Amino acid sequence: MLDILEKYDILGAFWMTIRLAFFSAIGALVIGTVLAVMRVSPVAILRRLGAFYVNTVRNTPLTLLIFFSIAGPYYILQISLTDKNSPTALVDNGIRWAIVALAVYHAAFVCEALRSGVNTVPLGQAEAARSIGLTFGQSLREVILPQAFRGAVAPLGSVLIALTKNTTVASVIGVAEASLLMSEIIENETASVTVFLVFALGFVVLTLPVGVFFTSLSRRLAVKR
Amino acid sequence: MDDVNPDTAAPSDRTPDTPRDPMVVIDGVNKHFGDLHVLRDINLTVGKGEVVVVLGPSGSGKSTLCRAINRLETIESGTISIDGKALPEEGKPLAQLRADVGMVFQSFNLFAHKTIRDNVTLGPIKVRKKSKSDADQQATDLLKRVGVEAQADKYPAQLSGGQQQRVAIARSLAMGPKVMLFDEPTSALDPEMVNEVLDVMVGLAKEGMTMIVVTHEMGFARKAADRVVFMADGQIVETGTPQEFFTHPKSDRAKDFLGKILTH
Repeated sequence: MLDILEKYDILGAFWMTIRLAFFSAIGALVIGTVLAVMRVSPVAILRRLGAFYVNTVRNTPLTLLIFFSIAGPYYILQISLTDKNSPTALVDNGIRWAIVALAVYHAAFVCEALRSGVNTVPLGQAEAARSIGLTFGQSLREVILPQAFRGAVAPLGSVLIALTKNTTVASVIGVAEASLLMSEIIENETASVTVFLVFALGFVVLTLPVGVFFTSLSRRLAVKR
Repeated sequence: MDDVNPDTAAPSDRTPDTPRDPMVVIDGVNKHFGDLHVLRDINLTVGKGEVVVVLGPSGSGKSTLCRAINRLETIESGTISIDGKALPEEGKPLAQLRADVGMVFQSFNLFAHKTIRDNVTLGPIKVRKKSKSDADQQATDLLKRVGVEAQADKYPAQLSGGQQQRVAIARSLAMGPKVMLFDEPTSALDPEMVNEVLDVMVGLAKEGMTMIVVTHEMGFARKAADRVVFMADGQIVETGTPQEFFTHPKSDRAKDFLGKILTH
């Protein structure tokens, strides 16, 4: 068993998983916040666009999205996210398109988590903000969103855990993350159950602290009413 | 909402005791909640420095009227103007007008994630563009005036209801409002805390603040009101001085209402 672990770069594969999760989480949080603002805005067209995005993306399998990201924009439209002359262009493109697809997909879930957070903020808070003369944008920034984020911390934690595990789907376009390496090892070696357990443990080690961190954060940040 | 109904805009409809120097003018205002006609052709003019107390049974539309004055409720017809300016529909002009109209809610609505001091300084810093130090100084003065300066660094949930409501009044005053609206400010308070809030309001009235107060506190109406407006079923049934209204109510609705609340 030990020789298998030495033969393959398991830590390297998990490092790729962490990078995928980290950058797509940032992207998902940014896009998701914009979507959430659109979905609670007083402008009907923005609300409808936000709802359309969430309903479309959330109901599309992630595997399709990731496959499409590389097949559509990259192979057909030739939109490259790297310098084409770099020796690692093909690999880097796969990684970057995977990050884009993961961010786009999870943004829909971030948006819904934030919207559930907005629903924890009593209507009176918005009325008080408006009645002292804050504009819509100011009320959101100063009063609604800070409270909504605090109310959304726990569901956001679930989204980030799901995102970390969903990075495994990037293997369908050949991104060398943990699950791809696992399939490779299982194919080449004999100790499949042990290898599987090692990788499963690896994911638990990644996601368990995220869960613990977000639970304690949500308790610490909770708005007392 | 500029489509003034010609039937209701006639000046003859106005209350006879129209003040000379108007601050708030409500003219022919109508509103429905579904089938319920909550505001029926409301005409009311509140003069500068005048304290008007709106009384009436629950469901009479008095809260809705109060909230319509800074457009927390939209109206279907008629006009509302404040200090000569009609209420804008939406956006920046409306925000600017709201900054001039203080509002105190039944449920306080202090910003739960901000300290007491930050509750009071938020508007002055973001809307009036005051410096942080000026706003802090003003907040300290206002909190002292309403008697909660010792709580400045606490969060709203750590204060009693009476203290929270006094902070809410300070938060409104920090904007330097032209008129203050009170929407049942003592209805959510424990009985022993009602007076500390009413005392602050009486003080404001004495200093000449223009106030529109929706309340069930008859004592406050007697003590501080220049005029009492009695509403029932979405209409203004009668108006008069507190003296007139409490001793010689003209309408049967008002007699019935006073009979129910004064004889228990």
